[in-house]
Parts: sequence; C-alpha cells; structure tokens
Amino acid sequence: MIRLENLTKLYGSFVAVDDISLHIPRGVLYGCLGPNGAGKTTTLRMIAGILRPSNGRVLLGGDDVQTDPIAAKRRLGFIPDRPFVYDKLTGSEFLRFVAGLYGQEGGAVDRRIDELLEVFELTSWKDELVEAYSHGMRQKLIISSALIHRPECIVVDEPMVGLDPKGARLLKDIFRQFVERGGTVLMSTHTLEVAEAMCDQIGIIQHGKIVAHGTMPEIRSQHAAGDASLEELFLKLTGGHAVRELVEVLGK
Amino acid sequence: MNQPSLAHVLTPKWRTARQRLREERSRGGAGKLVILTIVGALFWTGVYGVLYFILRYFRGVEELGPLLAAKLLGITLLSFISILVLSNVITALSSFFLAKDLDLLVSAPVDWLRLYLAKLGETLLHSSWMVALMAVPILTAYGVIYRGGIWFIPYAVLVMLPLLLLPAVVGAALTLVLVNVFPARRTRDLLSIIALGAAGGVILLFRLIRPEQLARPEGFRNLLDFIAVLRTPTSPFLPSEWASRAIMGFLRHDIDPLPLVLLWTTAAAFVTLGAVLHARLFATGFTKAQEGAERFVRGVVWRWTVGTLLAPLPVAKREFVLKDIKLFFRDTTQWSQLILLAVLVVVYLFNMKALPLHQGEPVGFFYVTLVSFLNLGLEGFVLASIAARFIFPAVSLEGRQMWLLRSSPLDLRTLLWSKYWVGTIPLLVLALLLTGLTNVLLKASPFMMVMSLATIVGLTLAIAALALGYGALYPQFETENAAQIPTSFGGLVFMMTTIVLLAAVIFCLWQAVYTYVHAVYEGRPVTVGGWMIACFTVAALLCAAATAIPLRIGLRRMEAFEF
Repeated sequence: MIRLENLTKLYGSFVAVDDISLHIPRGVLYGCLGPNGAGKTTTLRMIAGILRPSNGRVLLGGDDVQTDPIAAKRRLGFIPDRPFVYDKLTGSEFLRFVAGLYGQEGGAVDRRIDELLEVFELTSWKDELVEAYSHGMRQKLIISSALIHRPECIVVDEPMVGLDPKGARLLKDIFRQFVERGGTVLMSTHTLEVAEAMCDQIGIIQHGKIVAHGTMPEIRSQHAAGDASLEELFLKLTGGHAVRELVEVLGK
Repeated sequence: MNQPSLAHVLTPKWRTARQRLREERSRGGAGKLVILTIVGALFWTGVYGVLYFILRYFRGVEELGPLLAAKLLGITLLSFISILVLSNVITALSSFFLAKDLDLLVSAPVDWLRLYLAKLGETLLHSSWMVALMAVPILTAYGVIYRGGIWFIPYAVLVMLPLLLLPAVVGAALTLVLVNVFPARRTRDLLSIIALGAAGGVILLFRLIRPEQLARPEGFRNLLDFIAVLRTPTSPFLPSEWASRAIMGFLRHDIDPLPLVLLWTTAAAFVTLGAVLHARLFATGFTKAQEGAERFVRGVVWRWTVGTLLAPLPVAKREFVLKDIKLFFRDTTQWSQLILLAVLVVVYLFNMKALPLHQGEPVGFFYVTLVSFLNLGLEGFVLASIAARFIFPAVSLEGRQMWLLRSSPLDLRTLLWSKYWVGTIPLLVLALLLTGLTNVLLKASPFMMVMSLATIVGLTLAIAALALGYGALYPQFETENAAQIPTSFGGLVFMMTTIVLLAAVIFCLWQAVYTYVHAVYEGRPVTVGGWMIACFTVAALLCAAATAIPLRIGLRRMEAFEF
C-alpha cells in the first residue's frame, strides 16, 4: 500500500533522509521509531506530499505522490505532529471543509461529521471556534479530519501527543480496527511501549537510514538481542551508550 | 539570587534579528537591500524636499516665518504622538500579553521590573521605528534651513527620545488596564475597531471641514488675529509642544532648558508610574490574557447565503471560497479595515465633487477629460493599496495550514483560482463603482466613461493577479498579523511593479485619448481608427500579461513550497 523507493531528502549538503526503500502492505500498522532529528517527520511529510523528495519516489496504492498527486492523496489521511488548524472555523465547519477538499459533500458528510465528533467527544464543541479548543481537542479534530473521507492509509506523526489517556486508548482502538479492515497505518512515535504493543512491524531510523526493520521477533533475531525489550533494542541501535553516560552525569 | 541583566533578557530578540539579517545576506539579499535603500532614499528626499521648500519660504517671511515653522513642527509632532499612542496600545498588547516568549519569561525567576523594561523596549522599538525614520528628513530640513549646525543632530535625538518613550509608556499602561477589564483577545478585536473607527472619523472630519478654505485670505479678519492664532500653543500640556519649543529654541539660538527638562522628567516619571502599574496589574492581566475568546458560532447563515450562491462551483472550490470568506469576516483585525476603506472611498468621491471644474466659469472639455483620465491612474493606485492589504497576504495566511492543503488532493491551481476570485470580485465591484461614480460626478463624456470602465476592469484583474503572484513569491508564513505582511519587501516590490504597470497603461491610452480630444477640439467626428485600436490593444495586452504571468509564477512557486 505504501511504497518508498530510494527516498532521499537533502537540505543543502545535509542528508535528512538517505535512500530509504520500504514497502508497507495493506492491513499493517507500521511503527517508525528513531531519535530526534533522525528523519522520521521528513519521511512522513514526503509521503504526504508536503515535501518534495530530492531523489526517489513514494507510491500510495500504486499511485506516485509526485506524478499523480490527486489520485495518491485521495487514498491518504495525514495527521501532523503540530495541530495547526483555522482558528476562526468551528469544529464542524473545519471537518466539512476537509471533506470538501476530498470532493465529498451532502448528507453523508454531515452524518460522518456527527459520528466522528461523537466518537472523539467533541459534539458539545462542534459549533465553537477552534481558537477555543485545547491542544488535545485540536489533535482530536485533526484525527477526525484524517478519517472523514475514509482513507485507505493513514500517515500519522506522533499521534499520542496532547491526548488524554482516554483519547490515547480510543486512538489505539481506532487504528487497530482500521488495519483489521484492511487499512494501512504508518505511525511515527517516541512512545516505545505504544509501538511495541500496537505495531505489526517496526522500522528504526537513525541518521536518515533505516537501521532495523521487521516484526519484533525479526528485529531481535537480526541483532542477536535475545528477548530484549524494544527500549533496549532502540538504545542499542541508536546510541544507548550516550544515554547511559548522560544518566551518570546527571546522577552526580 | 542575582537577577539576569536587562541585556540578557533581551538576548533572544537581538540574536534573532541578527540571525535573520545573516540569513537574508546568505540568500543573496543584496538586491533587496539596494531596492530598499533606493526606495528609502527617494522617500526621504521627497519629504525633505517638500519641507525644505516650505521652510525656505517661511524663512523669507518677516515675523510670521518662525511662527509658522514652529506651528508646523508642533502640529507634525502632535500627529506623531497621536499615531504613536494608538500603535503602542496595539503593539503592547502583543508584546506584553500575547508574545510567544512570555511563558518562558514569566515562569523564569526574572523580576517584574526587568520584564517591564524589556517589554517596554520591545514595544517602543516595534511601534516607533517608522515615525523615528520619518522624523529624520523633517528635522534635517529644519536643521538645514535654520542652520542648526552639527550639534543640532545630538540635540534632536535628545528631544526625540523622550517624545517616543512617552507614548510607549502611555500605550503600555492603557493596554494593561484594558486587558484587566477584557480578555486580551477580545481587547485586540475591540482596539482594532476603535483605532480604525477613530482614524476613519478623523480623516472624514478633516476632509469634510474643507481645510483648503482656511487658506483663503478672506477667512481672517486681520493680520493680528492670524498672528494671535499662530502664537497660541497647539497644546501647552502636551510633550509635542515642549519638543517643538525645544527644537525651535535651539534653532533660533534662544535656548530655554525648560522644555527639554520637562520632556525628560515627565518621561522618567511616566516610566516609574508605568512600572508601578505593571507591578500591580500585570499578573492578573496576564492570567486573563490566557482566557480563550470562546464564541459559539453557527455557520448556518453562511451556508444558506454564500453557500447557495456558490452552489454551481465544484465542492472543493466552493468549500475553499466559503472558508476564506468566513475567516475574513470572523477576524476583526481583517474586516475592521473595511471601515477605513469606506471612509477613504467617501473622501475620494468628495474630493472629486469638490473639484472646481463645474463651479463658476465653465471649464473646458479638455480639463474634464484630463481629470477623468488621470483619475484612472489614481484609482489604480488606490486599488493596488487595497490589493496589497487584502490579496497580497492571502497565500502567507495559509502557511500554518499548508500541511492540510498539500496532503489533500486539492489541486494548487484550484487553491490559487479560489484565492484570486475571492480577492478580485470585491475589488472589481469597488473599481467599477469608483470609476462610474467619479465619471458621473465629473460629467465625463460617454467615450471616456466606456474607456475608463474597460480600462479599470483590465487593471483590476492585473493588480489582483500581481498581488497574489507576489504574495506567493514572497510569502511570510511566520507572521501571525496579516496587517504586517504588506509592509514586507514583497509588498514593496508589488507596489513598485503595479506603479510601472499603471504608468505603461496610462501612457498607451494617453495616445488614444489625445486623438479623441484633438478630434473633438477641431470639431471632427470621433472615429475609432487604427491608431486608437492599436493603443487599446497594447493596453489590453499589457493587462493580460500582468494577469497571466504573475499567476503562473505564483503557482510554480507554490508547487515548490516546502514545510
């Protein structure tokens, strides 16, 4: 469903994403992990068509995001890490606007809006301007907007930031159900417990390259990690020594 | 605990400014600098030149001359501090209550006095730089004409500093009180309406009392009356009067330290009082500023009215246009500027009506045609200013939401199309209204009426496209305040390009109008011949090119945006 072919992004001489190739099939929840600045967000934004790759290409359901953006983007729901939305629209107006961008209108959209607002407990806020929403409420609204057109795949950057425990649990359930019905989710997260519990496959990015990829057992066997937890694996692959040294310094 | 120095509190600000300059330089900002320097130098020279000639004339008038010069300076400085108080109130709201660095500064162990002084300095700088720059050619003209000498420069700085500081303190204090009464976001709405309403009212009043009549000698009973009026201080308790007295005293070599002492002691006292007020009220005000401006809105009216009108459009375009219209009318800082626009239109029409073309002696057909024709250029300039304010920022304002637009299947062409027509249609209505009414008021001939209307349509389409194109070429995604976007470099380049276009179109059409006037003057029948058609065609092609090229470039630039 999501295919990256030699995806590369350069900022001047700095290589943010370095020749990544990856295939995420339908019905898979894929977790993208990596330290800050590893290139996760850049990769996700290239998949969503917000950034242009310096090299390589992104295919969504066979459609190239660069050469056939309209067809590719119709399949996609994107949830960014920072919830910037139009402050002067109400929640329901924002959702109707997003549905319109995907060419959807009419009674079905109205019903879908009510349904999503109900699920995310925003019904009583639907006629409030977004400027009055909290960070978590904005995040819920953006998640609703990514689901409004019933996408085939969802690309989501740090989905749990700002959500209360109930919202986080709800989102996990939604994503699980979504992939069980054949959808694909590509999620970047720093919450390793969430990734370990939710994801079917995991990719660890370091310095713009995928340094580990597969199911948890596959990654363990690739790196001879026995029954190490994801956290231990992550630290091993991304510079755990530095963390241990830091802990020692801070503990003094 | 040792408190951080004031310079340390301000470090992020000046470091950011320095970094921006560096980035600008590395992006090849030399061209920008050259253009800005040329425009700035032209403006300064213009202001200096006009004032130089006025003051030179005043100097030649016995007795009255110095009085007139002092009066002029007093009025200028009074208008400066009036503008400054208004702009400081609005700026202080952002710097004291809505700025992004406040959470960090308020949560850090920085005492209230340092916070106050840092934010006062920021407010002063942001709201006063333009007035300070404007004062340079004015004071230079005074210094040159009255031979102030080299010492006049530091003396003028010494006078101007407290004059700029006082409105900043007053503005900050007013904001502090207002925020304690209303939530900050509501206060901003309220202030923008009050400020623009007041400005509009003053302009309207000033124009409607027809100040040009005061210049008529029969307006004064005798010379003594006139001198008495000049000798009366404009406002004896206002700092502008002290500053004017201080400067004129120095220039007449009759130095009286009192006005300068008054300025500095009042400024010191005001800063102290402002600090005390800040210590008392800032904490509660800042808490109130965190409150959201909750508003319950039902967008049903929009959907029934504008939504129905837009029904024939495809859904993506319709929703996009509807969204833009809603955002405009729900943002007080945006629509409130329409008040000023309405006032300016009324003043414009009033000026046309007040022209003495049809009063007293019958004025020749030539003058009416000339005014009607030159009116086109003036209207073009008015339309360009409006487009700079409302259409130029359109792309920049989408910046933070661009993730949504770029990740959705919305075609960028659709986005640009929607932005173009949302801006162009109201501009076109205004343009046709202005042109039609002014030509009716001028009693212009049908030929001029038709030609003016056709030209203004072409110009409006081109000006809107130029505004949108330059807006995409020089986007300001980080600016939250739409009103600041037109004053950017891109806005300046847009205005310059528009002026060139206006000049080119007017030049082309002048050839046709000249042929027409000539024919009427000689009593020949007016025939639209080959030469006229060629002129009209070139003008139309210019407008068409100025419409298509900027839109195409803007689209290409938008496709290359990265976030």
